[in-house]
Amino acid sequence: MIKTDILIIGAGPTGLFAVFEAGLLKLKCHIIDALPQPGGQLAELYPKKPIYDIPGFPEVLAGDLVDNLMEQIKSFQPGFTLGEKAETIEKLDDGSFIVTTDAGTQHHAPIIAIAGGLGSFEPRKPKIDNLFNFENKGVEYMIKDPEKFRDQSVVIAGGGDSALDWSIFLADVASEVTLVHRRNEFRGALESVDRVKELKDMGKIKLITPAEVVNLKGEEHLNKVIIRKNNNPQEDFELATDYFIPLFGLSPKLGPIANWGLEIEKNAIKVDNTLDYQTNIPGIYAIGDVNTYPGKLKLILCGFHEATLMCQSAFQKIHPEKRYVMKYTTVGGVTGFDGTKKEAPKAVVKSID
Amino acid sequence: MDVQLTIIDRDGVNHTVDAPTDMAMNLMEVVRSYELAPEGTIGVCGGMAMCASCQCYVKSDHDLPEKSEDEEAMLSEAFNVEENSRLGCQIHITEALEGLVVELAPEE
Repeated sequence: MIKTDILIIGAGPTGLFAVFEAGLLKLKCHIIDALPQPGGQLAELYPKKPIYDIPGFPEVLAGDLVDNLMEQIKSFQPGFTLGEKAETIEKLDDGSFIVTTDAGTQHHAPIIAIAGGLGSFEPRKPKIDNLFNFENKGVEYMIKDPEKFRDQSVVIAGGGDSALDWSIFLADVASEVTLVHRRNEFRGALESVDRVKELKDMGKIKLITPAEVVNLKGEEHLNKVIIRKNNNPQEDFELATDYFIPLFGLSPKLGPIANWGLEIEKNAIKVDNTLDYQTNIPGIYAIGDVNTYPGKLKLILCGFHEATLMCQSAFQKIHPEKRYVMKYTTVGGVTGFDGTKKEAPKAVVKSID
Repeated sequence: MDVQLTIIDRDGVNHTVDAPTDMAMNLMEVVRSYELAPEGTIGVCGGMAMCASCQCYVKSDHDLPEKSEDEEAMLSEAFNVEENSRLGCQIHITEALEGLVVELAPEE
């Protein structure tokens, strides 16, 4: 069981910055995120897009902002449970919580801060009637263990970076890789597109465009897909395969958190914005894009502010007996849990003759 | 100056709304400002043509600006795409849109 002071759900900018503010108060944090890397939307959707409204940064790439936040919180040694989705919550008699992920990892904390943004990212599934029948029986939406596909034949569908990158990777693992896309054009990093073309010319990737997988066949396990070329049912043909991997990107869903008994409005969690962004369940806070209150703006800079106030309130909950006043980092510096200390250099006191 | 648009929501209900041409707004934002689709189900990426949550079908014969490469690429990966599909976030509100009729695509 992982134990921490504040369990943060969501490793986007708001969740990451909460680690810093908590650290200043000597509170330890652990973060759960459904994606395999920290950064949330910034890392998943738009790492190369510039952001212009982070105070003090006239322009910063979303990916760089994430890197900077990770650097800023490093000395506070946050724990991470990545690639797992927070699924259930249980309130113990002492008021603390146990949050369990879909992989069964358990986390125990007195304070929960939901910084879930738009929700957890789930794979977008193509509209194929019998798709669900073959889930885990030949249909995979994410590649967790590439070895699974060794010497197997795979059909990948999609036209973005992940479809290109996995086609390239699996070309050396699988016995056969077929990439199906609705258009002749792919949207991805130039080197990936070029590499797929090379592999196609070498006969290591079979490219079928413009085409779409429209149906699946098999008994217990998938054994073939029906591919429609040129959007013309007369050109439908069967292709034998062991696996079908549709990679159409991810879309955020509020997911299991919606069933935690929190007050939800407009797909967001209602919080008390006059005080500390706490939800209707004491000890559970919601910060950043995932919350709502009158006048709410889904801006990173607002999430930073919300995270800061949340941490002050969490501190009082964890240490009701302690007196505390907020200290400026220019005065107190930053003392990490790893023993490092950053502080302003001492001014020189010296007389001038 | 405002233009009048007809937006058919995901339940098939027609809404005739006024949209300003001087606020640098796009069609997705107009839909959100009138709350014609629940928050969180439209404009998920914020208007970067990186999701298809604002996909709509153009029902009138307006001459719209051509799709950018980003919009084209996103629509090629979206679901429920028809000949007249567009991403609302890529359609800027201009005077040429007076009388436009669009229908919101189903939620994915």
